[in-house]
Amino acid sequence: MPLAPSTLTGTSADQAREDYVWTLNFGPQHPATHTTLRIVLKLDGERVLGALPDIGFLHSGFEKIGEHLDYNQYVTITDRMNYISPMANNVAWHHAVEKLMGVEITPRCKYVRTIVAELARISDHLLCVGAMGLDTGAFTYFLYAFYQREVLYNIFETLCGARFTNSYTRVGGAMHDITPLVVEMIRTFVKDFPKTLRDMERLLNRNRIFVDRTKGVGLLRREEAIAGSASGPIARASGVTRDLRKDEPYLSYADFDFAVPCMTTGDCYARYLVRMAEMWESLKIVEQAVENIPAGPINVGVGDRATLPQKEQVYQTIEGTISHFELVMSNRGMEVPSEEVYGAIEAPNGELGFYIVGDGSDVAYRARCRPPSFIHFALFPQMILGHTLSDVVAVLGSLNIIAAELDR
Amino acid sequence: MTDPAVISALTAAYPDVVTSEFRGDVRAMVPRESLIAVMSRLRDEQGYDMLSDITCVDYLRYRDATDRFGLVYLLVNTTTAARLTVRTFVNEPDLDVPSVVPLWPGANWLEREVWDMFGIRFTDHPDLRRILLPEEFTAHPLRKDYPLQGRGERHNFPVIRRAEA
Repeated sequence: MPLAPSTLTGTSADQAREDYVWTLNFGPQHPATHTTLRIVLKLDGERVLGALPDIGFLHSGFEKIGEHLDYNQYVTITDRMNYISPMANNVAWHHAVEKLMGVEITPRCKYVRTIVAELARISDHLLCVGAMGLDTGAFTYFLYAFYQREVLYNIFETLCGARFTNSYTRVGGAMHDITPLVVEMIRTFVKDFPKTLRDMERLLNRNRIFVDRTKGVGLLRREEAIAGSASGPIARASGVTRDLRKDEPYLSYADFDFAVPCMTTGDCYARYLVRMAEMWESLKIVEQAVENIPAGPINVGVGDRATLPQKEQVYQTIEGTISHFELVMSNRGMEVPSEEVYGAIEAPNGELGFYIVGDGSDVAYRARCRPPSFIHFALFPQMILGHTLSDVVAVLGSLNIIAAELDR
Repeated sequence: MTDPAVISALTAAYPDVVTSEFRGDVRAMVPRESLIAVMSRLRDEQGYDMLSDITCVDYLRYRDATDRFGLVYLLVNTTTAARLTVRTFVNEPDLDVPSVVPLWPGANWLEREVWDMFGIRFTDHPDLRRILLPEEFTAHPLRKDYPLQGRGERHNFPVIRRAEA
């Protein structure tokens, strides 16, 4: 983490030749980094000659904790990874766990998880584009975005009782079934949100200041994106037509009609436009899914001994009590093969995957998270090269670096 | 889905590569010596142009495990969306593995993280420093012999007072 000064300045002969170069510490507490990350910038006036990211300030050992919490408990830790779309992390974790266990979730659960994952995508993109607008000087735009996030938080609160750290999914199902009230709230959101989204597009898409600050800034070519392991909106803005929702259809994405917006320019403006377009597509998915939620149970059956029974069953039936008791006991819990799988979903920020090693117990032997922010931030030094100091915030905003996911 | 032709071509060229499949994930166990040859072949001839992730598993307390560390490389073919997991095993005391940064620049930080957390040394890596933990940290905490609560490193960090800073 902390850097030895020699790695920054080079030899003294270099220093004498480059005495006009100065070093700036960007972060770890800078309003535009939004969280704690540090970049050491080498500047010639305002021009960036080199950027050296220094991360780890928020490292909390999530992967080590994953080796000590069981498959249901760890979902609370995934909430705290990308905390602006925790629902998507929950879905990703249990997607991988169920792949390991071979549990096939019910059609209703697939639809509900699709809905919450897409709502999380909208909420994540709203914050990302909103904060990008904020950092480049569009404060009103940020408030438009944040108001709609509040509506989404209300939906999540009604659905699962928590606004921020949802911990909604469970192995083989979800904590709570979707209710008519939530469906009604989502319908209202689907009806009202396009107005705000159109307003937001009108505010920024052709705004001279915003376009000048983002167009041609932070270029990432297609080959660089592939070689640098980029995924999600960042890869798609560079012309990589890769979206796990289409490439490896999981949950119920195969049932819906939606497009994958891509661009080829690969600059900050392209990443912004891709995110704006993805919100329209997510809205289309939510609209189709919420009107077609299949009937039936949300959890797989008690007989499968995989999912925790609903609270009503636990308190009111002897089968539910026994099943719950057995599942939370460490030596009688779930049946997990001694195998390894990698399960990934298309999270708002890119490919969010978990590499899980099971050892027969109900605690993962290894729970590796493939964090999109970490991989995208590695591309940052080459993207900022040659741009000005003020472009640092534009590029950071367009990459949507979430330090909690970056450092885990 | 992984193309079976890719696997048969790989095992024909490298007889010591063992493949297996579990829930649709195809894994290829590659000896460390032929790792770079297999990886460049997969990248240049089979179209696995993207390295999705690198991680490591410490099998110290894993039942029936014969090797200590297992490295995991997740490869993706961005044209066909096929995936392939390449694995290689290393044992103490020789924890040197050739770096794949020359093949995929995106491996840089991923290998630094594996070095930081497991102490696997990647030879020919351009900048093998710790990435998440402080430079002065001595242990590799994701190893299974490292306790969850740490060994008191946090308490021994130097404290810098405002006047001294």
